[in-house]
Amino acid sequence: ELLVFVATPGCDGFPSLDSKENYKLSVSEGSLLLSADAVWGALRGLETFSQLVGRDENGTYYVNETEIVDFPRFPHRGLLLDTSRHYLPLRAILETLDVMAYNKFNVFHWHIVDDPSFPYESLTFPELSKQGAFNAMTHVYTASDVQTVIEYARLRGIRVIAEFDTPGHTLSWGPGAPGLLTPCYLGKDPSGTYGPINPILNSTYQFVTSLFQEVSTVFPDFFLHLGGDEVDFTCWKSNPKIRAFMKEMGFGEDYKKLESFYIQRLLDIISSLGKGYIVWQEVFDNGVKVRPDTIIHVWKENSKPYMEEMANVTKAGYRALLSAPWYLNRISYGQDWMAAYQVEPLKFEGSPEQKDRVIGGEACMWGEYVDVTNLTPRLWPRAGAVAERLWSNATVRDLQDAYVRLADFRCKLLGRGVQAQPLYVGYCENEFGG
Amino acid sequence: HLTVTEPVAILKADEVWGALRGLETFSQLVHEDDYGSFLVNESEIDDFPRFAHRGILLDTSRHYLPLKSILTNLDAMAFNKFNVLHWHIVDDQSFPYQSIYFPELSDKGAYSYNHVYTPADVRLVIEYARLRGIRVIPEFDTPGHTQSWGKGQKDLLTPCYSGEHPTGSFGPVNPILNTTYDFMSKFYKEISSVFPDAYIHLGGDEVNFDCWKSNPEVKEFMKKQGFGIDYARLESYYIEKILDIVSSYNKGYVVWQEVFDNKAQLKPDTVVQVWMGNNYAHELSSVTAAGFTAILAAPWYLDYISYGQDWKKYYSVEPLNFPGSEKQKKLLIGGEACLWGEFVDATNLTPRLWPRASAVGERLWSSSNVTNLQDAYERLTNHRCRMLR
Repeated sequence: ELLVFVATPGCDGFPSLDSKENYKLSVSEGSLLLSADAVWGALRGLETFSQLVGRDENGTYYVNETEIVDFPRFPHRGLLLDTSRHYLPLRAILETLDVMAYNKFNVFHWHIVDDPSFPYESLTFPELSKQGAFNAMTHVYTASDVQTVIEYARLRGIRVIAEFDTPGHTLSWGPGAPGLLTPCYLGKDPSGTYGPINPILNSTYQFVTSLFQEVSTVFPDFFLHLGGDEVDFTCWKSNPKIRAFMKEMGFGEDYKKLESFYIQRLLDIISSLGKGYIVWQEVFDNGVKVRPDTIIHVWKENSKPYMEEMANVTKAGYRALLSAPWYLNRISYGQDWMAAYQVEPLKFEGSPEQKDRVIGGEACMWGEYVDVTNLTPRLWPRAGAVAERLWSNATVRDLQDAYVRLADFRCKLLGRGVQAQPLYVGYCENEFGG
Repeated sequence: HLTVTEPVAILKADEVWGALRGLETFSQLVHEDDYGSFLVNESEIDDFPRFAHRGILLDTSRHYLPLKSILTNLDAMAFNKFNVLHWHIVDDQSFPYQSIYFPELSDKGAYSYNHVYTPADVRLVIEYARLRGIRVIPEFDTPGHTQSWGKGQKDLLTPCYSGEHPTGSFGPVNPILNTTYDFMSKFYKEISSVFPDAYIHLGGDEVNFDCWKSNPEVKEFMKKQGFGIDYARLESYYIEKILDIVSSYNKGYVVWQEVFDNKAQLKPDTVVQVWMGNNYAHELSSVTAAGFTAILAAPWYLDYISYGQDWKKYYSVEPLNFPGSEKQKKLLIGGEACLWGEFVDATNLTPRLWPRASAVGERLWSSSNVTNLQDAYERLTNHRCRMLR
């Protein structure tokens, strides 16, 4: 019998960035003790304990005598799922949360809407999903679905951080919110297509306020992810009213200033709602004035080495999240988990204070080529490499050793009914569908 | 030939295999209207495959594939009019084929007792395939790719040497011993009766000569035979003897391109499978110029995954794009999409194979002028949703 002792009891709250996840596990003859400061640590310890249980040839379960003192290296260890490029049924999200817990991931970054579809059923603006979802009957997340995800995650010590990405990546918002997106022009006339959110209209900010009022209430985590990536200026440039606005504001030809204008107003709205925010790196790169407690999410890999960006972001005093080398949607032939494992998030020139500002990272599974038919094998066990990199000590990097443990863990996942794919040639006692 | 009119649709075929293809087509013509009624448009279809050999290679040695996943895959193959399952059943890593004459092969060579294909399993696969018009061509790849064979068959593999002493490790099948050919003779007798197809794939790829070169008895043999230091000749010597054995059982054979490249003496009805990626068009020319039948796999290694819509590059392959006469081009009888198993098992086989292999399926069935990518995209996404059902 495993005795669990939690110093600060209470299972009703939500996990946060400051949650204590440390635990101690003592296994000896006659005594199995798991102790933690908070329930979140107990959850982590229970998972570890479950991994220590072995079975001998006679079928008897056993645990070796053990003394473990464990705590995470980084407090933010996340996984991004994209439910706009492809709708993911609720059970796929819930199953992913289970496996995240097995891997001690503690943040579910829900990139819930984007250009292709708007599956989030809004109470305030029901037309958004009615017009913007792939199918408003079958490809939506109702308020109840969203609550189910949040509670399921909470019980596993996982925070749910929703991302409503603006002003770009918003095509699906258009049909349900006429006047929200910028009409693009071909010469003097509207072309019929639309671009990013229209930053010059008051109605835009009224809409954004109302929507985020709802989102802030629906999602209990302190942080919201506001996106802010890949804003294409072409449409703005083509629109005469916007050009006029640019002139009025003295922005010249620098549309980054217009983008900043929007973002700043958005950030003010979110702050007034009592939430903190995470933004993609462009917001920082484009010189937007953000609050000192903003978290910058580093994702770009090609323009310049991401470690340089990490250095710049933390030097400027902001906290940083690393995702750039962990885009698990970018599949390739071979054991690519190794490259993910070998990333060292603090490998940049900087002061100890700077390094402290790196609060963790996220493995991203963008959905262009992913849906429920291939999500699980594509995610696991590859994401496990990222999970260990974010939890374990920086010295834990031996690839050979990691291979053995990850391959074994993969077989355990199969045993738990998870369709995790193989790392390399070999076998598990019980194959999937065997 | 499929005619859809009122009141009755008619499907006519010369043989039952055509009827199977036609049934699949018919099932694809059926669609649902907004009210849920099922409809078929009036149609007149005359269809036939461009290439006769349209295959999928599955590898059950690098990872064991439970029966269910093989059968599901045969279904998917039928939906895509594939007609050959190239079963790469054993290799270095494991020997799951339970042999009747040599039970030790799988006893010692399979990953475990649970990772085995019994004779009943094999019969099930063959029959399941047959009912879908799919031929099962087994591949027992030798003399390389045979590490797992050595566990259950002593003295089959060549002992490697370091100087004067055996190192304890083994190389390809030992080509100099009579016992090797006694074994192969008996083994292929079994294979020939278990697998009813007229062809057996004998492998013959990637033979590493290092171990042979290190073995003093092999070196002695090379001298006696007058092969000099050309180990390709030893490889050919071995292959030719296997080809004779298999012919004596009235089977035809398919071999990987190295067997041809290394100039083994092949019977005229040998089928050569071209798999090496660099300049495969040139290889196709050489093989067909020498009068051999060829199968193309080189551009269709689906295990080589990459980010994005790689189905387009598979679709864009034109198999007959190689220098050669009309007569030569006729010798290219088809191709295979290969899903090698290093990183594939039942957890990811289906999503990795389909619908990417469908692009190959269309390339091998449809006329050479069916190449429009936009149009293919629309039809393939539709077909993908259909396969989900």
